Amino acid sequence: METQSRVGTYNKKGQRIVDAEYLFFEAPRQQYFMTGSEVVREAIRRASVDMSVAYPITPQSEAAAMVGDLYVEGYVGDYFRGESEFAVMSQCAGASFGGSRVFTTTSGPGTMRAYENFPMWVGSRLPIMINVMVRGINSPLNIQPDTLELGLIIDTGMLIWHAETGQELFDYLLKGYIVAEEPDVHLPIAVVIDGFFVSHTKDVVMLPSADLALTPYDPYRSPVPCMDMEVPPVRMMRDPFVMKSNYISYATHASWQQETRAACERSRKHTIRLLGGLLEEENSDAEILIVSSGTALAQGREAVRLLAEEGIRVGIVKIKTLRPFPHEEIRQATRNARLIFVPEFNVVGWLAREIKATIPENHRVIAGPHVAGGMTMPPEVIVETIKNALSKKEVVYG
Amino acid sequence: MGKDKIKINKEFYDIMPPEYQDLVNDATYGKEGRGWKDVGVAKELIEEHSLCAGCPESIAFRYVLACLPNPEDTVMVGSTGCTSLVFPHVAVHNIHSLFGNQNAVASGLKRSLAHRFPGKIKDVVVLAGDGATVDIGLDMTLQSWFRQDKFLTICFDNELYANTGGQESGLMQKGFVSKMAPAGKKFEKVRLPDIARESGCHYVTMLTVSKPNRVEKAIRQGVLIAREIGPTYIQLYTPCILEIGKQMMEGLQEMRDSEGPGERFAFQEYMSEEAKQYLASLEAQKKPVAAIAGHA
Repeated sequence: METQSRVGTYNKKGQRIVDAEYLFFEAPRQQYFMTGSEVVREAIRRASVDMSVAYPITPQSEAAAMVGDLYVEGYVGDYFRGESEFAVMSQCAGASFGGSRVFTTTSGPGTMRAYENFPMWVGSRLPIMINVMVRGINSPLNIQPDTLELGLIIDTGMLIWHAETGQELFDYLLKGYIVAEEPDVHLPIAVVIDGFFVSHTKDVVMLPSADLALTPYDPYRSPVPCMDMEVPPVRMMRDPFVMKSNYISYATHASWQQETRAACERSRKHTIRLLGGLLEEENSDAEILIVSSGTALAQGREAVRLLAEEGIRVGIVKIKTLRPFPHEEIRQATRNARLIFVPEFNVVGWLAREIKATIPENHRVIAGPHVAGGMTMPPEVIVETIKNALSKKEVVYG
Repeated sequence: MGKDKIKINKEFYDIMPPEYQDLVNDATYGKEGRGWKDVGVAKELIEEHSLCAGCPESIAFRYVLACLPNPEDTVMVGSTGCTSLVFPHVAVHNIHSLFGNQNAVASGLKRSLAHRFPGKIKDVVVLAGDGATVDIGLDMTLQSWFRQDKFLTICFDNELYANTGGQESGLMQKGFVSKMAPAGKKFEKVRLPDIARESGCHYVTMLTVSKPNRVEKAIRQGVLIAREIGPTYIQLYTPCILEIGKQMMEGLQEMRDSEGPGERFAFQEYMSEEAKQYLASLEAQKKPVAAIAGHA
């Protein structure tokens, strides 16, 4: 295919196009210390992105503007500022329908304004990469870290990966394209980070050389026609389904939704190969587990260390992909746990709800601690929650 | 794309649907000077439609498709409404995604095709109703013009929301009584052609579809100017005979009655200086001998 045949050639910027697996696993890497926004820039520099559309909203504005710098430098094919997130996501759709590899970013209220586009991207099988830097969506106006918006997009049908660190952010952005563009997947992907905690915090990352670029997107491997009039236009249907109240119409809508959900599930095999699994376990044979994703999990790690100093052994289950959701993996990882704590940065505890709906004997799940609106979650709070539960003091969370 | 890409493998010819065989044999992809006169003679790029009997939008749709100068390299973008019932039958790539976002989709699409096919003609044409263009999508309509994105926007103006059952729209006449305007519409028909000109469109025209020659010229100019110079806008009156209480044979007369001098669809046309010069240069290329003689 076109993509593979370009391996070993050089792009307009002089970067050598390399096989994805070489870039991920073999290419020598060098250590850097940079913010999450800068990590986005470095990932997109190497991602062979054809088009990106940007719109300002905190905290993603910085990364979105840096992608603009990449366009000026010649690493990104085209770039412009849209007029709202709703328009931006539609512009991304148009670019993807036209066969381009597309990148965009959003945050908080922007994600909400864009929302109508996400199920459309899924139904249209557009493998757009959106980096969501979550923040508060409540009123009064709040720009602080908060993951409520993430709970609201998990059932749009997109692949959703939650990165905990700058390194994961870099790797997920590049690996995400490869998984999302597989013909048996071909779905949009949201790589999510916690706004500020990851986007604006410096972290150690290992990066391959900027002289290397990911294999480009080949739109002719798509399971649906690329809208470029390079393949024959066919009459799509005799009766437009939208207007027909009949069995065929209902069955078509139902089966296409089932197919897009199945495509999301089919991403597992590619994801497991590239990410090493949909979740990660540390000491998951312990009686007490912390199960979470993103930076709430990072706080959990610190709590595990503090508890270990007091002789309390706590294991960790880190969820990397929220969609597809690792149901069976979570059931297995938690099968010996007596108490399962789910720390979260949102007011409703949606991840705990997901886990409760997944495992047997779900009274084991303690939905917390959860903090919201930009409140920090010191590890001591997690420690206290766990100790309270262990001393059988009543814990009421969510 | 060109006609060679739609060819059928010999082994499969007999099992292809007859309408596809016709498309390969008799469609006007790549034909110089294609136009409305091909309707009924050559294979049309619109197979069927599920619009109401006698709907003027159906003939407008056929004219538009017959008059695109380069359908083999044209991608159309639609929106929700009556037009979305027709697009699935159309033999050019077309995109329906959401209601009102058509110009945003077209901006992304046009830039994507320009990036992927440098130096090659890839026209993008938006075709949407007045609700999509002027009400829910107005922001994106105007912003694509401000940005000078190079595609043609066609609005099928039927002065109401036809597909949802005849509700008030911004392009409805003042005083018209309809659903959601139970006491009559309170404000004037939005003057989108004026706004289009002020927003940077290089070619703007408003007309009915009663005269196919005029429609043909508008579509050709709209596409060609958008391809080379910048955004263009065509507003076509396609009355919803169902919702204004007309019979199926009365659509044409309704258009004729609305385009006389002083009527709301009296022919309007605006062209920027750049666009005029470009069209003149095309004319000059067509008549090389005359042009050289003119210089001498």
